[in-house]
Amino acid sequence: MSGTFLGMPEMTTAPRGVGHLRGDRSFPDAARGAVADAQLRHNLAHATGTIRAKRERVVAEVDDWEQLRLAGAAVKAATMARLDEHLERLEREVTARGGVVHWARDAHEANRVVTDLVRATGEREVVKVKSMATQEIGLNEALADAGIEALETDLAELIVQLGHDRPSHILVPAIHRNRAEIRDIFLREMPGVDPGLTDEPRVLAEQARRHLRARFLSARVGVSGANFAVADTGTCLVVESEGNGRMCLTLPDTLITVMGIEKVVPSYRDLEVMLQLLPRSSTGERMNPYTSAWTGVTPGDGPGAFHLVLLDNGRTAALADRTGREALHCIRCSACLNVCPVYERTGGHAYGSVYPGPIGAVLSPQLTGVEDNASLPYASSLCGACFDACPVRIDIPNLLVDLRRRHVDEVSAASRVPSAEAVAMAAAAWTMGDAGRWRRAGRAGRLGRLLGRRRGRIGSLPPPLSAWTTSRDLPQPPAETFRDWWARTRPAESDVSATPRRGGPTDTSLSGQARPRGDGS
Amino acid sequence: MRIGLFVTCLGDTMFPRVGQATVRLLERLGHEVVFPADQTCCGQMHVNTGYQRQALALVRRHTEAFADCEVVVAPSGSCVGCVRHQHRTVAQRYGDDGLVAATEESARRTYELSELLVDVLGVEDVGASFPHRVTYHPTCHSLRLLRVGDKPLRLLRQVRNLELVELPAADECCGFGGTFALKNADTSTAMLADKMRHVLGTGADVLTAGDSSCLMQIGGGLSRLRTGTRTLHLAEILASPADDRVPA
Amino acid sequence: MSAREDVLGRIRSANRAAGVDTEPVPVVPRDYAATGGLAAGSVEVLDLLEDRLVDYRATVRRCAGADVADTVRAALDDAVGVVGEHAGRVRTVVVPPGLPPDWVPGAVVDDGTRTAPDLDLVDAVVTAATVAAAVTGTIVLDGSPDQGRRAISLVPDVHVCVLRAAQVVHSVPEMLARLEPTRPTTFVSGPSATSDIELERVEGVHGPRTLSVVLVTPSTSGPPVT
Repeated sequence: MSGTFLGMPEMTTAPRGVGHLRGDRSFPDAARGAVADAQLRHNLAHATGTIRAKRERVVAEVDDWEQLRLAGAAVKAATMARLDEHLERLEREVTARGGVVHWARDAHEANRVVTDLVRATGEREVVKVKSMATQEIGLNEALADAGIEALETDLAELIVQLGHDRPSHILVPAIHRNRAEIRDIFLREMPGVDPGLTDEPRVLAEQARRHLRARFLSARVGVSGANFAVADTGTCLVVESEGNGRMCLTLPDTLITVMGIEKVVPSYRDLEVMLQLLPRSSTGERMNPYTSAWTGVTPGDGPGAFHLVLLDNGRTAALADRTGREALHCIRCSACLNVCPVYERTGGHAYGSVYPGPIGAVLSPQLTGVEDNASLPYASSLCGACFDACPVRIDIPNLLVDLRRRHVDEVSAASRVPSAEAVAMAAAAWTMGDAGRWRRAGRAGRLGRLLGRRRGRIGSLPPPLSAWTTSRDLPQPPAETFRDWWARTRPAESDVSATPRRGGPTDTSLSGQARPRGDGS
Repeated sequence: MRIGLFVTCLGDTMFPRVGQATVRLLERLGHEVVFPADQTCCGQMHVNTGYQRQALALVRRHTEAFADCEVVVAPSGSCVGCVRHQHRTVAQRYGDDGLVAATEESARRTYELSELLVDVLGVEDVGASFPHRVTYHPTCHSLRLLRVGDKPLRLLRQVRNLELVELPAADECCGFGGTFALKNADTSTAMLADKMRHVLGTGADVLTAGDSSCLMQIGGGLSRLRTGTRTLHLAEILASPADDRVPA
Repeated sequence: MSAREDVLGRIRSANRAAGVDTEPVPVVPRDYAATGGLAAGSVEVLDLLEDRLVDYRATVRRCAGADVADTVRAALDDAVGVVGEHAGRVRTVVVPPGLPPDWVPGAVVDDGTRTAPDLDLVDAVVTAATVAAAVTGTIVLDGSPDQGRRAISLVPDVHVCVLRAAQVVHSVPEMLARLEPTRPTTFVSGPSATSDIELERVEGVHGPRTLSVVLVTPSTSGPPVT
C-alpha cells in the first residue's frame, strides 16, 4: 500500500528473514574476532593497499577529475529528484525494444518474479553474473528452494559459492581469501579439478575458466545485475573484467536482469561521466576490460527474451530522508572500502551485510531500518577518507553522524526509560550548559589525580571507561584547569575586558603544570 | 590583533598547557588574547554521538560567547571543524534563523591555529626553538575537513634546531574518533597500533599534532608501551622558548 | 495495487517527504572536458591508443589500406592460443557478413546459425570496429554488419580487430558521442582479466585471450582523411 491520505509515506524497508542485509552480531562484537585474525588482516592490508595505490595513480592522470565528480554527484541527485519519471521512461523504452519490465517491492517479490520466469523456461539451472542486488535479496537461496541451481560465474563469487561463504567486499568479494585458501577450496569443491593444482593465480584462473566454459556454452538462462540503465534509450550496462558477463548476457536464450531502482540515469550522455568515474575508482584502471550495453532484444544477436526486474527493497525508505538519500547515489565502485582504516582491519563480514565498509554503514541501515543495523553508523572514526575517494562525492561522514542522530531518536522514542548513555550525555550537556557548573566540574576532575599519582599517568579505569584503559594510558588530570589558571593569573581580564594584560610570560614546567614566573601575576 | 581563544573542553580540563602555549605564542607575536569565560564546549561529542538536540544549547552558548570576537582561534582541528561544518546543521534542524545566521558568522571567524598563523597573521617563522627530533601527524579533521594542507609543516620547518622527520602513512587515522575509541575499542586499538609503529619507526623523540584528542590516543598508547616517545601539541612546540628541556 | 503502482507511489511520497518535489531539479555542471584535445585520427592520438593497447598486452600492427589482408594474416599467424585447447596455428576463422571479403580469404562467414558450441570450435574471429577511445585504449563493437553479432567476437579465443585511423578519437565523451545507444554494444579495453585472487591481475579468463589490433593508417604522410 502506498502513502495514506494523511500524506505520510510508508517507510517500507527491506523485510527480515530474506537476503543478506543483516548480521547476527553487532559490529563491535564481529570486529573483535576479525581484528584478531592475522591471515585476514594480512590479506586485507595487501589487497586494499594495492588498489589504493593503483587508484591514486590513475585518478592523478585525470585533470578534470573534480569536475567529473561534481557532474556525477549532480547526475545522481537529479535522477533521484525525478526517479519515478525516469523509471517510467526506462520502462517505456525497454518495452518498445522487446524487453519486459517487472517491478518488485521487496526481496520476496523479486525472488518470486525471477523464480517464475526461470520456471517458465523449463530450465533448472541458470548462469549468473556478479550482482550485488541478487546477493542482497538472497536470490540463489530462493532459486535453490525452487530446485533451480544458480551457478556463479564471477571468479570471486565462484570462490565464495564453492567455499560456502559470504562475500566480504563489493568489488572483490573473495578478498578475504588468499591463494592457498582458494586452491584448497577448488581442490575440495570443484568437480574434475586437476589434483596437482598449484596456488598460482594464473593456474587457478585457468581452472576456473575450464570449469565454467562448458556451462556458458550450454546455458539457456542468464541472470545479471546492471551497473546503469539509461532512461531515455532503455539501455542497460554491465561493467566487468573477466568476460563472464559477456557470456551470460549474450549466449543464453533468456536474460533476467535484477536492478536496484536507484541505478537508472536520465540520459545516454550521462554515461560519459560515469564510465570515466567508475573504472578508475573501482579497479584503478583507465577502463575495465569489458562493458556490455544492450537495449531490449536485438533479433539475431543475444537473448530472444529479456526481463528487467526493478527492485525497491528499502530504497524508497532511504529516498524519503533528505539527508540519508544521498547514499543511493552509490555506483558500487568500492573506493571507500579500500581507503577505510576500519574496513582494512575488520573486513566486510564484520558489517553483517553484503554492503560493507563506509557506504555499507550508511546504506544497509537505511535499507533495513536503522534499528536492524544500529551498530553500523558507529563503525567509523569519521576520518573522512571515504568522502575524498568517492567518485560521486557522497558525504559519508555527514550521513554517519545523521544516522547516529536517527538511532538516538529512535531509541529514545522506543522506551520511557533513557539509556545509560543518554543519561550521561544529558548530564554532560547540563554541566556544559553553564560556565559556573562547568568550572566546578573541571575542578572536580582533579580527583582523577589520585588515580595517577604514583606514575603520573592513569593505567586503569572502571567500565565503561575501561574500554580506553585496556590498551591506553590516560594522562593525569592537571592540578589546575585552563580557566582557573587564566582567572588566577589575569584577574583583570577575566571578564574579557579591553585592557591589555600585564605580567610576564607563563612557564610550562616539567611536571606539565602551568605555573607563573616572575611577578606572580 | 585581538584574538579570542577557544580553548576547547578537553583543553580546558585535561590539557591546559596547550591553551597556555597558544596564549604565550600569540602574545610573543604581539597580539592580544582574550578568553571569553562563557565558553564551555562546542558540542562535537554530542553531535557525533547522535545527540544533536542536546547540542543546541551548546551551539547557542558558543556563538554567544564569541560574538564579540572578530577572530577566534582554537588549537584543535576537530573543534574548529565542528564550528565550521556542524553548528549550522544543528541550528537549522533545532534552532531558528537567527541562530543559523550566527553560526555562519561564527564559522567565518573561527580558525585552527596553523590557519590563523599562516593565513590570517601571515607568519611562518614564529620565533620558536625546539632542538629535538619531531614527527608530525596530520589529524583527520584538519587534513580533510579544514584542509589546512602543509601549513603545520611549514611552521615546524621554521622552528630553530628542530629535526623534522616525515611520518610514514601519515594520513591514516589514529583511531580516536571520539566515542569510537570506546564503542569500537578493538578496532581503535588496531588502528592505534599501526600508527604507533610508524611513529616509533621514525626514531622521533616527540610526536606532534594539532589536536589534543589524537595526541591523547597516540600518547596513551606510547605511554602504555613505555616507549619513551612523547606527544606535544603543535602549539607547545611553536611556543617553545629557547631551552633544551622536553616538557613531560 | 500492482507492484508498479506501489513502487512509483512510494517514490513520489518519498520525494515529497524529503521536500525535493517542489525544488528545481539540480543542474548538472558539465565543466569536465568534452574532448581530449587531440584530433581524431591524428598521429598523436594513434600513438596514444597504441600505447594503451600495448599496456593492456594487446598486440598492435599498423598498415596502409592496401595491406590489410596481409597484416590480418600475419596477426592470425602470430596468434597462438595461450594455454590448452587453442595452442598452435590458427586454422578456422569466422568473420561477420559485412567484413570486406578480401580481408580474410577462406574465412567462414557467419550466417547467424552457429551455436555457441559451434563457435567454440572456431580458432579466431576478425571484425572491424565502430570507434576507439585512445585515452583508455577502448575499442567499441556495435553489431554493425562488419562487426557481427556479439557471440562471434566472444567465444573464439583469438580476436583480430581492424580499426581505421579516422575511427580513433581521444576521449571517452567523444567515443560515446559516436555511438547509437540502442545497438548491442561491447566496449573492449584489452584482454579479459581478473584481480580476484589477492588482487594480482591475471589475464585470460573468459572471452578471447588474444586481442590483436590492426590499425589502418593512410598511406601518405599527410593529414588523415576522415
